This record gives sequence, structure tokens and C-alpha cells, in this order.
Amino acid sequence: MIPTAVTSDPPEIPRLKGRGTPLREQFFRLSLWASLAIGVVFLAGLLTYVVVEGWPRLNPKLWTNFPDIIDPSNAGAQSAITGTIWVISFTALYCLPTGVLTAIYLEEYADRDRWWNRVVEINIQNLAAVPSIVYGILGLGVISRGLGFGQTVLTAALTLSLLVLPIVIISSREAIRAVPQSIRQASLSLGATQWQTIWRQVLPAAVPGMATGSILALSRAIGEAAPLLLLGGLTFITFNPTGVHSQFTVLPIQIFNWISQSRAEFTALASAAIVVLLVILLVMNSLAIWLRNHFTRRW
Amino acid sequence: MTSRTLRRRAAAGTPGFLKRSQPRWTERVVKVLLVAAALVSVLTTVGIVVALIPPVVEFFGKVDLGEFITGTDWSPLFEPPHFGVLPLVTATLVVTVIALLVAVPLGLGAAVYLSEYAGHRVRGTFKPVLEVLAGIPTVVYGFFALKAITPFLQRFWPGDDPPEVFNALSAGFVMGIMIIPTIASLAEDSMAAVPRSLRDGAYALGSSRMQVSTRVVFPAALSGIVAAVVLGVSRAIGETMIVAIAAGGRPNLTFDPLEGMQTMTAFIAAAGIGDLPTGSTGYQTIFAVGLLLFAITLVMNLISIRLVRRYREVYE
Repeated sequence: MIPTAVTSDPPEIPRLKGRGTPLREQFFRLSLWASLAIGVVFLAGLLTYVVVEGWPRLNPKLWTNFPDIIDPSNAGAQSAITGTIWVISFTALYCLPTGVLTAIYLEEYADRDRWWNRVVEINIQNLAAVPSIVYGILGLGVISRGLGFGQTVLTAALTLSLLVLPIVIISSREAIRAVPQSIRQASLSLGATQWQTIWRQVLPAAVPGMATGSILALSRAIGEAAPLLLLGGLTFITFNPTGVHSQFTVLPIQIFNWISQSRAEFTALASAAIVVLLVILLVMNSLAIWLRNHFTRRW
Repeated sequence: MTSRTLRRRAAAGTPGFLKRSQPRWTERVVKVLLVAAALVSVLTTVGIVVALIPPVVEFFGKVDLGEFITGTDWSPLFEPPHFGVLPLVTATLVVTVIALLVAVPLGLGAAVYLSEYAGHRVRGTFKPVLEVLAGIPTVVYGFFALKAITPFLQRFWPGDDPPEVFNALSAGFVMGIMIIPTIASLAEDSMAAVPRSLRDGAYALGSSRMQVSTRVVFPAALSGIVAAVVLGVSRAIGETMIVAIAAGGRPNLTFDPLEGMQTMTAFIAAAGIGDLPTGSTGYQTIFAVGLLLFAITLVMNLISIRLVRRYREVYE
């Protein structure tokens, strides 16, 4: 016979009743969410604003023409775009090798118990937070006027190199640190010298991380205007740079220049140039994220 | 046996003697190169000091230090010139305070949300957005403050006295938004470093999520959070383009955020644009104000680095 228990009602289980989420909790959660949302809304507003304002001027004239103070409808930003390319290329040329070599030294050679190595380390942390305009003063006082390089691509590239060097160093160090110690030990125990170990084992594994950090550092340099203002980058430039000793202007400076003009056409022009600048940064950042996701090895 | 005979036998290949391996010369060259690269960063600091000090010394040969610090009139390029730096300092202070009023609650709120409330997906969407905010050039923020925020404020201002075209309020507000990612990411890092067992213990005692966030995680991460805020302060003080564009270029000793005022950084930028001749007093003011700025931010950064160290020692 089938036990009757199956058909009978299940015994009453005593249940604990939750107090429900108190209003205070919900309010707290909402305000946390709102503080994140404000940033997102701001970003959306900013992007919409520059695209809408700049839309009428987002035409080929922007990169085929040169700045024109009299006729804004025909003005373009070619000298600024080529100037940006010149300055950033040389910035990369100076700061990437120096930054990566410093990172290798600090991670692979430096003895952390020595005071001079700690000095270098604290120094780099500090340099990372020095205001960019102070680098401008350094560029003006030492590189431009002290060494006599003048208001040139070379001065700008050196100044920006020093500005982003700490970022390159810090991110390269993290990439090197992510390579496990066992790889180095295996290489050394097979008779490789320290440099062979670094060159053939550590660096290839760390390159994706370094590349990501370097691209982010360079994109910071591309958007930087303050130090270049001090170097006299605001001079009205209607020609492309012809070499490292040529005068220059860059996109952020050109944008600043157009913002200072009161006519509405220049506001549109500034917006259009901002869109170009943001697209360049977007491409670089996407490249950095893609490199990070596709080439970083998990150990 | 003398070492010379040992070496001779070793060179002759006499059995029983292994040659002591010499470090290869390439290894030494490499090390020298690496040290040289590391020295660049030290030289940069030395360079900053060397760039700043001599013009500043010359400057204070002409201008009284007391007048510089306590003077209330800053007009170095007019005749007769006045060199009271106070208006620039108060302007920096006003803009910084506004920026912090925006950035500290929003940045910390975002950090607590991302660290304690958000699931994987929400984190995955919002963290990149914060990174984008951090990556936007400051000249763009300045443009938005001047051309969008200020007109908006002027139009919808509740009182009779709308903000001027150049004002500290919109510059400070936009700067605050700019600093959110700095504060949020550092604060979130320090909250992530709080051990899980502390949270679990609090939950086991019947705490709600809000109680865990505010009474357990927040205090445990406090030194890291303070470090984040200090770094935010130092970024606000050093920020140039936003204030140069949106806060105006008139030295103005006031605490009214609706007026235009010139900060220390904006003055340096404006004087730099002026392309002053080397050795003139005007040129030297750039360095005097620059040194003051450098000193203030250096102190802030040292405090921040120290605090970060301290919280790391506790939880790693």
C-alpha cells in the first residue's frame, strides 16, 4: 500500500521572514549608482556636444587646409595634424627606449636595499604626479632656452618624453613583473647569461604589456597642451614641419587657439578638431586594449 | 702555488683547472646602458630644480619675499608691477575646493559601487567608461566648460546674479568630473585589498551591505582612500588647460566662484604664451610661481605615496 504521507499536506516549515531592504539601504545603493551614472551622463553629453557642434566643419577642408584667421570657413588643421604626428613620433623615439631600459634595470638588476635605487624609484613615482605645466617650465628654461633648441619639434618631443616617461616606466615594470620567476630560473640554469635571459625570455613575454602601456602614454602626450603653450607653440603656424628643427603647432594647441577666438565659426572649427583628436585617441586606445586582450600570456 | 702559475696552467689547458668564467663584456655594456637610462629620471628632477632655482633667486633679488607671499595685488606685467601671489593662490584654492566637492563624493561613491555592489557585467561596462573619462584631453574639458556648462548655468541660474562668462564654478565642476577616475580607481584598488574575511565576518554578524561598505571596508581602506583624495587634490592644483580656458585670465582676490579668476597654472600658461624675453622680471615670475606650484604638489605627492605604502604594508 502506498504510504499516505505522500498525499497528505507537507508539514508546516517555520520560515524566517526577511525584514526587506530598508529604505536607507536602497537610498544608499541608489546614490552610489547615481555617482557612477553622473560620470557616464557627462561623458555622453560631452561627446554629443562636440560632434553636433563640429558636424558642419567635419569636411575634408579640415585636413587639406591650413589655419586661416580671416576666413574660418576655409580654415583647416593640416599643420596641426602633421605637427602632432611629427612631435609624437619623436616623443616615442626618445621616451620608449629610455622608459623600457629603466624598467628593465629597476626590475632585473636593481638591488632594492641600496638607497640609490630607492631614490630612483620614489623619484619616478613623484615625477608621475608633477603637474604637466612644470614640465613646460623645464622645457622652456632648460631645453628651449638653456640648450638653445628654440621653439622646435625637438624641444616639444623632448619635453613630452620627460612628461610621459614615468608612465612608460611604471607600465613596463608591471609587464616585466608579470613574467614568472620560474622562466628566468629555467633560462639561467641552462647556462644563459642574465642579459640573454632578459633578451630572449623575459622581454618577448613582456612586450604586449609594454606596448599597451606605451600606447596609453603616447595618447596622453597627444592630448597634452599645457607644457607646449609655454614652449611658444601658440605661434600662428601655417606650414607643416620640415624637420626636427622646424617650428610646429599640434592639435590641442590649435584647438586652444580656436577656442580663444570669439566668433562662432571658430567654435565649430574647434569642435571639429576635437572630434579628430578624440578619434585618434580612440583608435590608439582600442589598439592598446586589443593588444592587451590578444597577446598577453596567462601563466 | 701562486695565482700566476694557476692562471698559466689554466690557459695551457692543463687538466684539473677550470677557467673562472668572466662576465662577458656585453653584459657589462648592457648594465651601463640600463643605469644610464634610469639616470634620465633623476636628471629630469635635477633639471626641474636647476630650471627653477636660478631665475627664482634672481626674482627674489628684485622682489621682496614678504610682498610675494602676503601681497594682494598680482600685476607683474603692468607699470608699476605688483607681485603679491595671493590672488593666484586663492583662485587655485577656490577651483580646487569646487573640484573636490564634485570629485570626492562621486569618485568614492563610484569606487564603493564598483567594489562592493556591482556584478561582473556592470564592472565590465563602467570601468572602461571611467577610463575614457580619464583619457579625454584637458583642452576638451576646458572647451566643454566654457562653451556648454557656463552658458547652461547662465541660462538656468536661479538667482538674479548669473555667473560671469569666465567663472571658477564651471571650471571647478568640469575639473571635478575629470578627477573622478583618478580618485575612483585608486580608492577601488585599496578597497579590493581589504581581505574578504573581514567582510564575511561582518555579514555573519548580520550586517547589511551598506553597513559592511561604510563601517568595515571603508575604514579598513581609509589610508588608500585618503591617498586617492590627496592625489586628486594635487591633480586639481596642477591642472592648467581647464582653468586657462574657462576660469579667465584676470587675477582676482575673491572667494566668489561666480567670478572669473586666474589660478597659478593659468598665470604660468598666460605668461608662457606671452613669450617674454629671458632674464626679464616677467619671465622670472613664471619660475617663481612654478616653484611654488611644484613645492605644493610635491608635498601632496609625498603624503600620498607614504599613505599608499602604509596600507600596502598592512594587507599584503
